[in-house]
Amino acid sequence: MFRYIQKSIKPFGLKSVRYSSIISVHRNHELDNPNIPFEFSAENLKRAEEIITKYPPQYKKGACMPLLDLGQRQLGFTSISVMNYVAKMLDMPPMRVYEVATFYTMYNRKPMGKYNLQICTTTPCQLCGSDDIMEAVHKTLGIKPGETTKDGLFTFQEVECLGACVNAPMMGVNDDYFEDLTGDKTVELLKQLQNGKELSELKAGPLSGRESCEPYSGAKVLLGDKPTDIRQFTRSDL
Amino acid sequence: MLSRIPTKAIKRSLATIADGAANPARIYGGLKDQDRIFQNVYGKFGHDLKSAEKMGDWYKTKEIILKGDKWIIDEMKKSGLRGRGGAGFPSGLKWSFMNPPGWEKNAGPRYLVVNADEGEPGTCKDREIIRKDPHKLVEGCLLAGRAMNATAAYIYIRGEFYNEATILQNAINEAYKAGYLGKNACGSGYAFDVYIHRGMGAYVCGEETALIESIEGKAGKPRLKPPFPAGVGLFGRPTTVANVETVSVAPTILRRGGDWFASFGRKGNSGTKLFCISGHVNEPCTVEEEMSIPLKELLEKHCGGIKGGWDNLLGVIPGGSSVPVMTKETCDDILMDYDALRDVGSGLGTAAVIVMNKQTDIIRAIQRFSAFYKHESCGQCTPCREGTTWLNRMMDRFYTGQATEKEIDMIFELTKEIEGHTICALGDAAAWPIQGLIKSFRPVMVDRINEYNKTQSVGLGGWVKGGKVMDGKVIDNPLPAHH
Repeated sequence: MFRYIQKSIKPFGLKSVRYSSIISVHRNHELDNPNIPFEFSAENLKRAEEIITKYPPQYKKGACMPLLDLGQRQLGFTSISVMNYVAKMLDMPPMRVYEVATFYTMYNRKPMGKYNLQICTTTPCQLCGSDDIMEAVHKTLGIKPGETTKDGLFTFQEVECLGACVNAPMMGVNDDYFEDLTGDKTVELLKQLQNGKELSELKAGPLSGRESCEPYSGAKVLLGDKPTDIRQFTRSDL
Repeated sequence: MLSRIPTKAIKRSLATIADGAANPARIYGGLKDQDRIFQNVYGKFGHDLKSAEKMGDWYKTKEIILKGDKWIIDEMKKSGLRGRGGAGFPSGLKWSFMNPPGWEKNAGPRYLVVNADEGEPGTCKDREIIRKDPHKLVEGCLLAGRAMNATAAYIYIRGEFYNEATILQNAINEAYKAGYLGKNACGSGYAFDVYIHRGMGAYVCGEETALIESIEGKAGKPRLKPPFPAGVGLFGRPTTVANVETVSVAPTILRRGGDWFASFGRKGNSGTKLFCISGHVNEPCTVEEEMSIPLKELLEKHCGGIKGGWDNLLGVIPGGSSVPVMTKETCDDILMDYDALRDVGSGLGTAAVIVMNKQTDIIRAIQRFSAFYKHESCGQCTPCREGTTWLNRMMDRFYTGQATEKEIDMIFELTKEIEGHTICALGDAAAWPIQGLIKSFRPVMVDRINEYNKTQSVGLGGWVKGGKVMDGKVIDNPLPAHH
């Protein structure tokens, strides 16, 4: 998509390049080239067949995005082999799959760390102190956005709004959101993961003590023990 | 404004029937719990089918379906519901576009597409609906689908919401198992399917035609309109794209009646709305309130006020990143609805209220939006692709002050060149925050420039004395870049 940015001389004002999403050029290397075979596992093959049935038979290619995602989940990143395999499976020209894989930012086309740290720095998070979170990750792991730690544990990404603005600042770790962060809590979280704790052992969600999107001091509305039953208000002519 | 309202009007009766016409000067806000549509917005009651049925979801759905498409659309028109995705188009009218005279002759599938690609910075309401009230959404798909005579619904949920998509898929599975969806939905004889399609991180896919492209397995680049999706949409079939909240409130509206919903808020802006308030408030939260609630009341009552007190307020972005920022003077007495905010040159958008107090660097806040739009531009239209990059670079310089005052006018003109010259509204959305910044906070920008110019005199384009190009690279000239 933004190929020219990479190839030309860095334009005025663009000192650091945002990684992950922008580079749409594929270069063969030992971990990612078309000669590396890729196939869905039996379990994923079944899932894939299920996904394909969601789309009209003549528009099988609608399944391109979910299948690429499935491949990424199996392999860890979206390699050129995953793309070729999906293209073959859906009878699509490979180029159409490459287009999709390079357009969407969540297809990681480089080998990733075990934990994909996505720190949101868009304005609502920035207002609430996402700079501290970036700083904390950078200091704890010694990497910059777009880089992976040497031990292959963490990939650090700066991302755009993840849609948890009420719980800002926040960080996505793989599929889980850790919200209401502070610098210290971020460091603590990273240390736990470094010390071998699995992501599933950690409690995702807000780390400030609140349950979800209610005020810190507790909900101010909907305080009843039971939800209002709409049946009692339902119009009589139904 | 508040002082002009007679005190009698402040006390609202318990009745949930329209009193707006009887009392035009009434004050809005103070929604009662029994009138909240999203009873489970704080996740207290579970999101499974059983809990949902306890709240009255899926109650008499069959009867509503059997009333037919015209009845549902009329009821939606009566409710005055306007699309909750940002544009505020009347929903009943939009749904009726699916049934032009003779639509039956165009045999084949027809689709409802639900836009759950919630990417607008500041907005997090759809996530709460999906993970806590998924059955409202699933039932809404069925009823909205019935109104449009659709055969299936695709829910396009953003890829980052993986856990939310899992919850939603479970809700759909439960609904199928209970016979609420499928060949004979709710025993009404109407066949309807609901599918989930997960996006993969592209803000532009929140635009309806880009979203359709994305479901078709292509890069999400908006299509030219016409043809409108209601004519040629998903897989070439008639399609309507609606926001999660619009679809999710439909079952409750139909059950309680359009008049009930219309009794909230000012005329033409009726209903209740999920507001998500983020930024510099003491207690950021998501809350369902009546439309037309005064902004000040919303912030003070539900969010514990501004950090540092109301007088410490700098500005508010009332509807997500795409709408211009309002100054404190406007915020003092503004009502939160489509028309009131449009009249002051902003917009309700998705009702994502981003609050900024006086400690905020407003230029940086808007500069970050520019970086966002640069990142999210799909690259299809030149004004947007080039323009967002250009805006971003200029804003980087305005942030440090490495610019001239003349360039403020230049960037304003540039936003005018982008606005309205692109296929979708992303170009407009990139332009408006900057226009809002210049309109409301120009003196701040000038101060910053003067401050920088004290140390180094800057010419047009950010050139300082001694800066030059060597081998195609700018040297001896600072190149600000921030996120």
